[in-house]
Amino acid sequence: MTATEMRPGTAPEPELAPPRRALDQNWRRLVRMGAVAALVEVFIALSGMPVRLDERPVIVSILSLGYVFIGAIPIVVGNRIGRQVRREGVPIHKAGGYELLAGTLAGAIAGAGLSVLVALLTHFDIREPLVNWSPQLLELLSFNRGTVFGVLIWLGIGAVGGFIGGGLRLLPARLRRTLLTMATTVVLISILEQLVADLVSGVRLESVADWFYGRRGGLTHSGAGVIAAIAGVASFFGRGRLKAARAHVQSLEGPARTRATSLMILLTAAVLIVVPMLVGSLTNELLANVGLFVLLALGLNIVVGLAGILDLGYVAFFAVGSYTAAVLTAATSPRINPEFPWFVALIFVVIVTGLVGLFIGAPVIRMRGDYLAIVTLGFGEIIRLLFLSDWLSGWFGGAQGITAIGGVEIFGITTVDGTNPRGVFYLVLVFCAIAIYVSWRLERSRLGRAWMAVREDETVAEAMGINTVNVKLLAFVVGAVLGSFSGAIFANKVGSVFPSSFLILVSMVILVVVIFGGMGSIVGVIAGAALLIGVLGGPKQPGLLAEFSEFKLLIYGALLVWMMLARPEGLIPSARRTRELHQEEFLQDAWLRGEVDTDDGDGNESEATERP
Amino acid sequence: MIGKWAPRTGAPRTGVDKFLTLLRVVAIGLIVVGLAAFIAQEINTDNAFARWANPDATGLSGAGFRGLVIAGISQGAMYGLIALGYSMVYGVLGFINFAHGEVFMMGAMTGWVTSTKLAEAGLWESNFVGSFVIVLFGSILVSTFLAVVMERVAYRPLRGAPRLIPLITSIGVSFFIQNMSIVLFGPATKSYPARPDWVKNKHTALQIEGDKIMVIAAAAVSMILLWYLVERTKVGKAMRAVAEDAEIAALMGINVNRTIVTVFAVGGAFAGIAGIMWGIDFGSVIGHTGFLPGIKAFSSAVVGGIGHLGGAMVGGLFIGIAEAVGPLLILEPLGVRGVSQLRDAVAFAMLIGVLLVRPSGIFGERLRAEDRT
Repeated sequence: MTATEMRPGTAPEPELAPPRRALDQNWRRLVRMGAVAALVEVFIALSGMPVRLDERPVIVSILSLGYVFIGAIPIVVGNRIGRQVRREGVPIHKAGGYELLAGTLAGAIAGAGLSVLVALLTHFDIREPLVNWSPQLLELLSFNRGTVFGVLIWLGIGAVGGFIGGGLRLLPARLRRTLLTMATTVVLISILEQLVADLVSGVRLESVADWFYGRRGGLTHSGAGVIAAIAGVASFFGRGRLKAARAHVQSLEGPARTRATSLMILLTAAVLIVVPMLVGSLTNELLANVGLFVLLALGLNIVVGLAGILDLGYVAFFAVGSYTAAVLTAATSPRINPEFPWFVALIFVVIVTGLVGLFIGAPVIRMRGDYLAIVTLGFGEIIRLLFLSDWLSGWFGGAQGITAIGGVEIFGITTVDGTNPRGVFYLVLVFCAIAIYVSWRLERSRLGRAWMAVREDETVAEAMGINTVNVKLLAFVVGAVLGSFSGAIFANKVGSVFPSSFLILVSMVILVVVIFGGMGSIVGVIAGAALLIGVLGGPKQPGLLAEFSEFKLLIYGALLVWMMLARPEGLIPSARRTRELHQEEFLQDAWLRGEVDTDDGDGNESEATERP
Repeated sequence: MIGKWAPRTGAPRTGVDKFLTLLRVVAIGLIVVGLAAFIAQEINTDNAFARWANPDATGLSGAGFRGLVIAGISQGAMYGLIALGYSMVYGVLGFINFAHGEVFMMGAMTGWVTSTKLAEAGLWESNFVGSFVIVLFGSILVSTFLAVVMERVAYRPLRGAPRLIPLITSIGVSFFIQNMSIVLFGPATKSYPARPDWVKNKHTALQIEGDKIMVIAAAAVSMILLWYLVERTKVGKAMRAVAEDAEIAALMGINVNRTIVTVFAVGGAFAGIAGIMWGIDFGSVIGHTGFLPGIKAFSSAVVGGIGHLGGAMVGGLFIGIAEAVGPLLILEPLGVRGVSQLRDAVAFAMLIGVLLVRPSGIFGERLRAEDRT
C-alpha cells in the first residue's frame, strides 16, 4: 500500500464496525497461518525440546514446560489470526464469531501438524538422520495412549487452544490482560524456581518454599493457585496505578526528578547488596555470570549502541583482558609471571586492551559498516587462533591455556575466587556500577552526542565538525576496556583461561543480549543480560533453565531475527533510538494528519500500525 | 566520487593514516622476507639466510608444493561457488547475507542424509555416478529452498532498512540454521559413506585426486552455466537491471521481487553444489561446517570485487591457494612453529590486507547505484 492510497482526504476517524460474519473468512490467510504454525509445532517437536523440557514440571503432575511450549502455539496463532491492521479510513471490526471461528480453525490446523507427526512416528522410523524421532516423543505426544488417541487429542488441543486464543479478543482489555498476567506469572515463577526458592529459604521461610514447590520441581497445585490469584488481583487492580506512577515519575522535573531517580538507584543497590547474602552459592554463581555478561554487554553497547559500529569480534577484548590478567597474576604462566596482585595487573589489562583496541580499530574504522563487521569478526578469530597456536604457546600455553590462576586479593582482607561466588558477585557489581556510571555520563557528554551523530549519519556528522575517525576509535577503546574488566574478573574467577572460552560465539551472544535489551539503552542492556544469561544461560554458563542448554543458541538466533523484524529498538528501548528507527512512521503519521507538508512519502517500507 | 580515489595531496595525515602506512609496510616487508627466505631455503637448505630466518628450515619438495597448490585450487573452487551467492546478493540488495554459509552447510548435510540412505540401499557403491547425481540434485533442491525461504521470512520485510539491520538479522538466521541442524540431526560429526577408489586415486600427469578433479570440474561447469544465465537469458538481464537500479528496473516492468528470489535461489543452488563437493572431498559435515567457509567465501567475494561474478571465483581461488601455501611459503620460513594451525588466521589476514590495500577488490565493485558512494 503506498502513501498516496492512504491519503485520507476527508475520511473519518475509523470507528468500531459491527462484527464480521463468521463465514466471511479470509480462507487463504487462515490456512497459511495455520500451516506455518503446524510446521513450527513439528519443528519444535523434532528438535527434542518437548521431550527434554518434559523433565521440567510447571505445575506438579499436570503440566510440564514441554507441553507449555507446544500447547501455547495454537493459542498464539488463534489470537494472531484475529488481528486487524489499523489503517486510516478502514473501519476496525468489533471482535465476534469471526475471530472465534478463525482461531479455532487455525489452531486445529496447527494441532493437525502434530497429529500427522504422531501418525508418522508410529509407522516410520527415520531416527537415522533425525535424532529426536524417538519412542519417547511418540509417548509424549500420544499421552501414552496409542496413535488414534494422539491424533485426535492434538486436533482437539489445537482447536481448543485456537478457540481460547480467538476468544481472548472478545474479552474486555482489562480482563484479557489479567488472564495473560496470571498465566505468565505462574510459568515465570515456576521457571525462576531456583532463585525464588533460594531467596525464600534465605529469609528462613523454607516451609513456604516447600509448600509452593513440589519435591522434584514445579509448582504445587495450591502454590500455582495462590500465585495465579495474587497475580490476577494485582493485575486487575494495580495495572493502572503502576502506569500512573511511572507517568508521574516521568513528569517530574528538576530536583524532584533527581530525588526520585536517586531513590530508585539506592533501592536497586540495596536489593543487589542484600539478595546475594540470602541466597546460596549456586544462585550467586548465576548472578556473578550475569554480572560478567552485563559488563560485556555494557561495553559492546557503547560500540554498537552508541557509536553504531557493529563489532562482531568483541570477544577479542574479553580474551585479551583474560589472558593479560592471567599472565600477570598466575605463577604458572609460561613465559612472563610477575605474579602481580590483581589490582596492579588490572592497570596493565586496561593499557594492553586499550592498545589492542587501537590496533584493531585503526585499520577497520574507515571501512563500510558491513565490511567492518566481518573484519572485526576476523580479528576476533585471529586473536583466538594466536592464543591457541603452538607458535605462541611459549607465552600463552596454547590449547592447555593457563591454569592455577589465583583469586583477587582485596587489600589483604579477603581473597575472591571461584570458590566464593558471593565475593565474585560483589566484585562484578562494583565494576558494573563503574561501567554503568561511565556509560551514563558518556551518553550525555559531548563525546556521546558525537557518537550518536556518527551512528545516524557519518557524512553529516563530519560536516558538523566531528572528527569521525577519532570518535569511532575512542568508542572502540572504551568498549574494549569495559570488556577487558569482565575478562580480568573471569580469568581469576574461573582460575584458568583456555582459547576455547573465547569463541566467536561469545561475541554473538553478547550481541544478542545488547540487541534484545535495546541498543543504546543501559537499563535495556542490563535487563537483556539478566533475562537471557540468567534464564537461558551464557555460551558455557548454565542458566536457571538448565534443561534448555541444548536449545539456547537456537533460541538466541530466532530471537535475534524476531527482534530485528518486530522490535528493532529492543525490549527497553532508549527513547532516542526508537525515534530514529521509526522516524519514517512518525513522519508518515504526521503527514497523514496533515502536519507535515512533504512529498517524501516513501511509504513502501513503513508498516501500518497494528491493533494490539 | 573522484575525491575518494584521488591522491590526497596536501591533506593532513592523521595518526591513523601513519599507523596504517606502517602496517602496510610491515605486512609487505614480512611477506617479502618470508618469500625470500623460502626461495633461499629451496635453493639450499643450509643457506645462511634461510638458517637465520628459521634454524629448522627443511624446505618443501616439488611434489609437496604441487599437492598444496592443487588442494588450494579445489578448496578455492568451493569458496568461489559459495562466494557467488554472497556476491550476487550483495550486488542486488547491498547487504552481506551472513547466513549463506549455513545454506552451504545444509547442502552438505542433505548430501550426508541422501548418500547414507543410498549407501544403505547399496546404490552408492554399485552406481556411484547415478547416486552422485541424485545426491547433488537433492542438495541443490534443499539449499535453494532454504535460501528462498530465508529471503521470504527474514529479509523481504527489511528491504530499505538501514544497512546494518539486515546484516544483524542474517547473523541471527545463521545462528538459527546452524543450531537447527544440530538439534535436528544431533551434534555428532556426520561421515559420508566411503567413496569408490577412482575418486580417491590420483589421475593425470599432475597427480590430482579424483575428488579434486570433480570439484574443479563442477566449479567450471557452474561458472559456465551462471555466465549463460546472467548474460544470455532474460532472467539474467532482469538480474543485472535490478542490480544496477531496482527502482528503475521496476519502472521498466521487471518484477523486482521475483528477480531477488531468483538471485537467492541461484546463490543457494551454487552453495548446495559446494556443499556436496565439500562432503565428497572431506567426507564429513557437522553443524558448524558452514561458518568458516562462509566467512572465507565472503572474503573471496570481497577480494574479487563484490558484485563481480567472475571476480568471486577468482577471489575464491586466490584465498584457497593463499591459505594452502601461505603458511608454508611465508610463515614457516620465518620460523613460526605449527603453521598449519594458522591457515584460518592467514585467510582472515588476507581479507584485512585486501580491504586495507584495495577495498574494491581485484576487478572492482559492482554495486547498486545508491551504494556507490
